[in-house]
Amino acid sequence: MIPNPTQFKRDVAREVHNTTQRKNLKHVTGLIRERRNAAFAAIEDGEGLREIGKAIKQESLSRLPELLEQLESNLTRKGIQVHWAETTDQANQIVLEICRRRGITQVIKGKSMVSEEMELNPFLAGHGIEAIEADLGEFIVQLAEKPPSHIIAPAIHLNKEQIAELFEEKLGEPYTVNIEEMTAMARRVLRGKFQSAGMGVTGVNFAIADTGTIALVENEGNGRMVTSVPPVHVALMGLEKVIAHIADLPPLIRLLCRSATGQSISTYFNWISYPRRPEEKDGPEEVHLVILDNGRSTIYADAELRETLDCIRCGACLNICPVYSRIGGYSYSSIYMGPIGKILTPQMAGLETAGHLTGASTLCGACVEVCPVKIPIPNLLLRLRQEANQPTAAGKEIVKGAGSKRSSGEAMVWAGWKVLHSRPAAYLALTRLAGLAGGLLPQRVGPLKQWSKFRKPPRPAKRTLHQLLKERPHS
Amino acid sequence: MHSSNPSTYPAKPEQVYFFGTCLVDTIYPEAGLAAVELMEREGVQVIYPMAQTCCGQPPFNSGYWEEGRVVAAAQMALFPKPIPVVVPSGSCAAMMHGHYPHLFQDGRDDEQAAQAREFAARVFEWSDFMLNVLAVRLQDQGPPVKVTYHPSCHLLREMGVREAPVRLLEQLGQVTYVPLPEAEECCGFGGTFSVKHSDISWAMVEDKRRTVAESGAEVLVSMDCGCLMQIGGAMAKAGQNTRVIPLPQFLRQRTMEGANP
Ligand code: SF4
Repeated sequence: MIPNPTQFKRDVAREVHNTTQRKNLKHVTGLIRERRNAAFAAIEDGEGLREIGKAIKQESLSRLPELLEQLESNLTRKGIQVHWAETTDQANQIVLEICRRRGITQVIKGKSMVSEEMELNPFLAGHGIEAIEADLGEFIVQLAEKPPSHIIAPAIHLNKEQIAELFEEKLGEPYTVNIEEMTAMARRVLRGKFQSAGMGVTGVNFAIADTGTIALVENEGNGRMVTSVPPVHVALMGLEKVIAHIADLPPLIRLLCRSATGQSISTYFNWISYPRRPEEKDGPEEVHLVILDNGRSTIYADAELRETLDCIRCGACLNICPVYSRIGGYSYSSIYMGPIGKILTPQMAGLETAGHLTGASTLCGACVEVCPVKIPIPNLLLRLRQEANQPTAAGKEIVKGAGSKRSSGEAMVWAGWKVLHSRPAAYLALTRLAGLAGGLLPQRVGPLKQWSKFRKPPRPAKRTLHQLLKERPHS
Repeated sequence: MHSSNPSTYPAKPEQVYFFGTCLVDTIYPEAGLAAVELMEREGVQVIYPMAQTCCGQPPFNSGYWEEGRVVAAAQMALFPKPIPVVVPSGSCAAMMHGHYPHLFQDGRDDEQAAQAREFAARVFEWSDFMLNVLAVRLQDQGPPVKVTYHPSCHLLREMGVREAPVRLLEQLGQVTYVPLPEAEECCGFGGTFSVKHSDISWAMVEDKRRTVAESGAEVLVSMDCGCLMQIGGAMAKAGQNTRVIPLPQFLRQRTMEGANP
């Protein structure tokens, strides 16, 4: 999925009028927000917990190279095979090679945003390997032949009637909106797949360096099945997921579950430490961890932008974002959508490709209030807008595509603006004139045309504040 | 943030500076005049440097920091005395209080960076200043009316001012404050966002318009004229006749002798 400014405009123009989707999103994001707020209200010091979460992530990132090495050596010692991938292509190849070596033609998957980043399913399909999503939301969007529209709730844009229609059409099941029955339908399809799949693929919530443990939270039990039934388990993670100590885990889990779904702890919590040991009756014979870079080390290199990598993918910022709920996840044409998508994708894909996403924000800051690791998303958006628009010498880019959004037209507008607003005499003359000209300003072109579509245009006051204060008798 | 730490509020000063903002200057001058007069009524001398223009936020938000910096530096130079700078806008106050230090840091000019930090620390938003520094007590002179308040995002989240405007409204005996449903959701203004992303902006303000109607208020007030231009403009076009007015102007009208709302 490649973001594109023209397509973004088109998709947004359509989706803001998609009343069903807007209703679905408002309803479900509203519910999750209520639960999230209740979960934080129920603990003594939610704000303090967020501070702790932030500190843990900052500390882990400050020691990232060392922690990744420690993680690798501890996992390797325990028989888990670690692979490094700089690009998504390399990551896909790693998975493919394991499939080939073991003659695997069927893969079952738990939720993994990194696998979406890799576009693993279509890649495997191209090599004759079927990948089935076992998470219910992912299963639904897979049936619809779509990627997830939300990082935690992949099918959040659909209501149960729409899902029932999808099941009827794709699974040949009788139409029902009974959630239990619908879940049972999905289970029936998936049960057979768990038995026949040669590989289970999952994401990783946290990887603990000092113990060599992969931690995975989930609510449906599919993660447990995916990591224990097939003979091979492959876990995929972005390199920012490593934390130093096992003691760092509880606060992060408390934050993640509360922020994502309003739970104090997820229904299932998987610790993956070893492949099956001789005395054990179940579990995979092989466990692999693929650690993906895909632009993350470039983000890492800048102290301010590095905060992007604090993200624990809880989705809270999507649920509160007034833009996300109006345009839906697909309008972004980006694996990561909403506030986190607006800072992450432009850095991973480059500003020339995805820089436009940084502009699609009022900088309202609602996301900052809920982010469990307090990422200053509006400030990072401002920084990225600057990177995109300032002239940048080749080879000096901090962010991929720096300077690529600079247009001579806009640069001229701001240059003119600067002259006007740094010369009081010019400013005074012009603002007076605007007051006199009043309604004569052009309304059929430029910004005022956009403004007047659904808003009455503002009318410059006859006398400016400068004039009013100057003319006051007693001043 | 001043409001999160009351110990940073100064004692009531004899003099303050007023930074009116370009939007108030050109579109809502009556709100600026009201803000000045209400401070003067509390016995404070208000200085309005005539060479002031704009805080620099428009280019800063658009990624043109150098242009923003030049204009911001020109403003700072106009407010040299160590007295509070009061701003009748959450957004412009946040630019000066929260973003100036950042804008001038990065080692380009240490003296200017230090100046920016010193300046930023004495920037106050008007409603916060009226309530928490001047400790104003308003006497309502107007007839009964139902009023709701739209908290602008930057006042709320960047300046951390959640209560002050409502507390001021509540001082008015004949005013019934009715809460705005989903009050803390953005109205969709966002400066250039309102024209660059007018589709999203429309979708946001439509919901805001609906919640204003739901509140049952006859009057909508806010501390940010950008939001009022957005919400008021959308209401006017749609024929929704809630009265939309900047808070200082509303308070001034209510507290004048023989006030008529
Ligand atoms: S940016 Fe913060 S709120 Fe958004 S998904 Fe990441 S951790 Fe959650």
